[in-house]
Amino acid sequence: MTLLEVESVSKSFRGLRAVDDVSFTVEEGSILGIIGPNGAGKTTLFNLVAGALPPDTGSVRLAGTDVTGAKPHRISHAGMARTFQLMKPFGSLSVLENVAVARMAAGASRRRAPAEAADVVDRVGLTRWRDARSEGLPTAGLKRLELARALASRPRVLLLDEVLAGLVPAERTPVMELLETLRRDDGITLVFVEHIMAAVMRLSDSVLVLDQGRVLTSGEPHQVTQDPRVIEAYLGEEPTVAGP
Amino acid sequence: MTATAEREAAAAPLPRPAWGRHLVAVAVLAVVLVPLPLVLPAAQQSVAVRVLVFAILAIGWNVMSGFGGMFSFGHAAYFGLGAYVSVWLLVERGISPWIGMLVGMVVAGAFAALIGFLALRYRLKGAYFALATFAFAEMLRLIAINSDLVNRAVGYNVPLRSEPSWAYMQFEPGSANYFWIALALTVVALVVTILFLRSRQGRFTVAVRDDEDAAAALGIPVMRTKLITIALSGAITSVAGTFYVQYYFFVDPDVAFGNSVSIQAILPAVIGGVATIWGPVIGAAVLGPLNDVTATVLRNPPPALDFLQGRAGLDVVLYALLLILIVLLLPQGVYGAIRDRVQRRRAGRRPA
Repeated sequence: MTLLEVESVSKSFRGLRAVDDVSFTVEEGSILGIIGPNGAGKTTLFNLVAGALPPDTGSVRLAGTDVTGAKPHRISHAGMARTFQLMKPFGSLSVLENVAVARMAAGASRRRAPAEAADVVDRVGLTRWRDARSEGLPTAGLKRLELARALASRPRVLLLDEVLAGLVPAERTPVMELLETLRRDDGITLVFVEHIMAAVMRLSDSVLVLDQGRVLTSGEPHQVTQDPRVIEAYLGEEPTVAGP
Repeated sequence: MTATAEREAAAAPLPRPAWGRHLVAVAVLAVVLVPLPLVLPAAQQSVAVRVLVFAILAIGWNVMSGFGGMFSFGHAAYFGLGAYVSVWLLVERGISPWIGMLVGMVVAGAFAALIGFLALRYRLKGAYFALATFAFAEMLRLIAINSDLVNRAVGYNVPLRSEPSWAYMQFEPGSANYFWIALALTVVALVVTILFLRSRQGRFTVAVRDDEDAAAALGIPVMRTKLITIALSGAITSVAGTFYVQYYFFVDPDVAFGNSVSIQAILPAVIGGVATIWGPVIGAAVLGPLNDVTATVLRNPPPALDFLQGRAGLDVVLYALLLILIVLLLPQGVYGAIRDRVQRRRAGRRPA
C-alpha cells in the first residue's frame, strides 16, 4: 500500500525555487533515502511534507488522506513524525521529560507517559542520560533524543533529517541497526535524508536524488549511485559519495 | 573549564520535578503566615498585604512570560479588568466582589486570549509582542478615561457598608481579614500554577516555550497552547485587581491600567526568579518592604545621610539603584541563585 504520496510540490523563497516540482511515493514498510548536494532542497522538502511550510503548488497525501498545507500538529496526529537536522530539544526539560511530552502530545495520559517514555529512552540508548538536562547533551545524544521524541509519537511514517551527521563512525552503527529494527519489528516506514553514503546504501530500498530543488533521478540504490548525472552533481561536493 | 568538563557539568542530572514538595511548601508557608497579622504592627500589616498583592500580580505574569516565554508588558490590562469589572458590578448592580472576582477572571482571561490571538496571528515576537501587550493595556486605560460607563477619569469609590461583611469583602480598617483573604488568594494562585505546570497542558506550555517547531512537529497545537497559557495568566492577575480595589476602596484608570502596574507585575518575578514557582513570591517579599524602607529612610534619614532630607524623588532613585544591584548580582533572581547554589553543593557531595 502506498503510505505517502507527494505530487509535484514546489516552494519558492523570494524567487528562488528551493523545491521545484518534486514527486515521489513511499510504500508502507519501505525505506526511502533522499540524497543531494547541500542546498538541493532536502530539508525544505521535509518541511513541505511535514507541514512546517505550506507548498506553493502540489499535494501531499498520507495514507490516502490529503494533508497538503495542514498544520504540523495535525500531520503528526495523522501518523507522521520527523526529526530536525538542527536539533531542537526542549532545553529546560530532562531527556525523559522531552520524550514524555512527546508521548502526551500523541495522547498518552500524564500518569502513563513517563513509563512509556522511559521505554523509548532505553531503546534509543539514552538510558545513561535519562535525567540529564537535554540542552547539555553532546551531539550524539541530541540526535538520539530527536529520534526518541519522534518515536514516542508512534508514527506510521518517520522523516529523518540527517540523524547520522555529526556522529563518529562507531556511533553510527547502533543507530543504523535501530532504524532497521524500526522497519522490521515496528513496521515503521522511513524517509531519510543522509549524506553518509554507506548508510544510504545499507538502509534504502530506493533512493531519490535531488539537485537544485528538482528530482535528478530515483531508483534502486546501486543503480542510482552509478548514474553519471548523480556523480556529476556530487563531484567536488561530497567526496563520501564515491566511497564504499 | 574545558569544553568537556563544561558539557558534563551542564548534563548533570536534573532534579526530578518535585510537584508534591512544592505543594507541601505552599501549605507550610500558609500555616506559618496565618498568625502574622496578630504580631505585626498595623503599619507593617499594610506592607504585608501589599506584598501579597504584588505576589499574585507576578504569579500571573510569570505563567505567561516566565513559563510561557511570551514577555508581557501589559499585565495592567488584566489587573485593571479584574478591578473594574468587579467594582462596576458592585457599585452599579450591588453584586458581591467575590462574584465580581470570578466574572473579572473570565473577562480578563478572555481579553488576554483575544490580545494573544491578535498578536500571535500576526506573528509578533519578542519586543514587538511586548509592545503589543503594552498598547492594549494603554488602550484600556484610554477607553476607561473617556467612557461614561465607568465614570471616566474619576473612577470608583467602593461604597462603605454600615457593618463589616464577608459577603462583600469589607471590614473595619486594618482588619486582619484583609491579610487572610490576600494570603488565601495567593495560596490558591500558587496551587493553581503548580497544578497547571504539572498537567499535560502545562508540560505543553513549557515545551512550546523551549522550541515551538519541535512541539508542533510532535503534535502539540501551538496556538491553542499559547492562548490557554495567556488566558490563565490574565485570570490570575485579575484577582489581584479585584482584591486591590476592595482593600484600598478606590480605583481610577491610572491605578488600574497605568503602566506602573505592568512593571509591578514584572519586577517581583524578575527579582525573585523568572519561570520559577517561588520567584514571584520571594520577589514580592523583597520589593514590598524595600519600597517602604527607601521611602522611610529618605523621609527621616539617619544622621550620616542627613543631607538627603527633603530631596524629592530620591527614594525612587534609591529604589531603582537597589533593583539594579539585585539584578546585576543575582541574574537568575533570588530563588534561582539559591537553587543553583544548593544544587551545586549537592552535586559536589555526590561521589564522582
